[in-house]
Amino acid sequence: MATYHLKTPLAKEDLAQLQSGDIVLLSGIIYSARDAAHKRMVDALDKDESLPFDIKGAAIYYMGPAPAPTGYAIGSAGPTTSYRMDAYAPRLYGLGLGATIGKGRRNPEVRDAMQTHVGVYLGATGGAGALISRCIKSAEVIAYEDLGAEAVRRLTVEDFPLLVINDAHGGELYVTPTLS
Amino acid sequence: MKNISAQTLHSHVVAMILKANKIIRDDVLEAFKNAQAKESTPVAKEIFRQLLENAEYAATSGLPLCQDTGLAVFFVEYGEDVRIEGGSLHDVLTKATIEAYDKGFLRKSACNPFTRKNTGDNTPAMIHTDLVPGETLRIRYMAKGGGSENMSRATMLTPSQGWKGIRDFVVQRMAEAGPNPCPPTIVGVGVGGTFDMAPILAKQALFRPIPVSHPDPEIAAREQELTEAINALGVGPMGLGGNTTCLAVKMEVMPCHIASLPVAVNVQCHSSRHGEVIL
Repeated sequence: MATYHLKTPLAKEDLAQLQSGDIVLLSGIIYSARDAAHKRMVDALDKDESLPFDIKGAAIYYMGPAPAPTGYAIGSAGPTTSYRMDAYAPRLYGLGLGATIGKGRRNPEVRDAMQTHVGVYLGATGGAGALISRCIKSAEVIAYEDLGAEAVRRLTVEDFPLLVINDAHGGELYVTPTLS
Repeated sequence: MKNISAQTLHSHVVAMILKANKIIRDDVLEAFKNAQAKESTPVAKEIFRQLLENAEYAATSGLPLCQDTGLAVFFVEYGEDVRIEGGSLHDVLTKATIEAYDKGFLRKSACNPFTRKNTGDNTPAMIHTDLVPGETLRIRYMAKGGGSENMSRATMLTPSQGWKGIRDFVVQRMAEAGPNPCPPTIVGVGVGGTFDMAPILAKQALFRPIPVSHPDPEIAAREQELTEAINALGVGPMGLGGNTTCLAVKMEVMPCHIASLPVAVNVQCHSSRHGEVIL
């Protein structure tokens, strides 16, 4: 288990070295998007329109924040459950998406896409939204403003603590439950 | 007859919502500390360390513990000799929800199920009301997040499946939920009633403080059995392995039809946020 300080955009060699169980302290620009924003992004691709940000080497954070009080860059900002974005993730990894950030298990199609296209899935601590907000230095809505909390935001993060759940080599960190 | 002004009630409900979302409950805090001490791996201990730090920061910053401040769920016991002056119960709870979620910087998570368009103010609140004798008004509030609610299930077992069927359904559900509902969870189980009643029992069970077992020793023993079986899954905090998959199982039971055995599991994430107003 190693610790890596990584910066976005994520290079393929950055991603390929990661093993499930490693710690990543992520800095740079990441993008928040969850259910409704993913649907719009994929609809845009279907219409040959461009995505709201450069997907190559990007990190998408599955998160919809609480509103920011005055003096705060963002409100509470913890991860949402990732499987709801499984329907969209393989296509985005195929376009060069480097990492997704969330909580909870991914399906086999997403895990395969990460292996095929050299991507990773990083886990943030669910229910620690207040704490995580301290790593987010700025937040700006860049697309789908009408979606409110679900709009796409450009976030500047510093040393966002993450665990590699799925690496690009088929590794999986989540425990398989023991059913007696 | 006891008169309660709508304005007084409104203020109490707003304060309850804000406190529930920003200040960790004492029983949850204690449960985190106890569970942390029982974990042996660094990663499981680290998750609890983060959750404890999160709670401390939420309290000092005024930010909500979790960005998913849920749908606003209310269970009301409305004394028949209580009169709310200057507004209906429904209007008071709705307006208090709107004000608290706006002024408290809580996320508005309610949307149209088809268009997915956000309603903009976190209404409608989910309101369950029981008329009871007397002149007391008791309102319990829960901030129910989507991640754990999505892992909840209900089923209609046959009487022949009995306790083993109930046990298998609950444990299997928590195994399949795995890391998704933000373990360690609190697992609400409703047994009996009709198809609609079992999930309501399961949700009501989640209001019981973590250290408090069911007053009926037989049901308390079943809660303990389920707690041990779920923790034997080894899912652990955040699904990363460990001894604490759930902090507790809370079960509520009522008689059912001779043909039926309704069972519901309402999963609560570790961020168990609820409060109570009694007037």
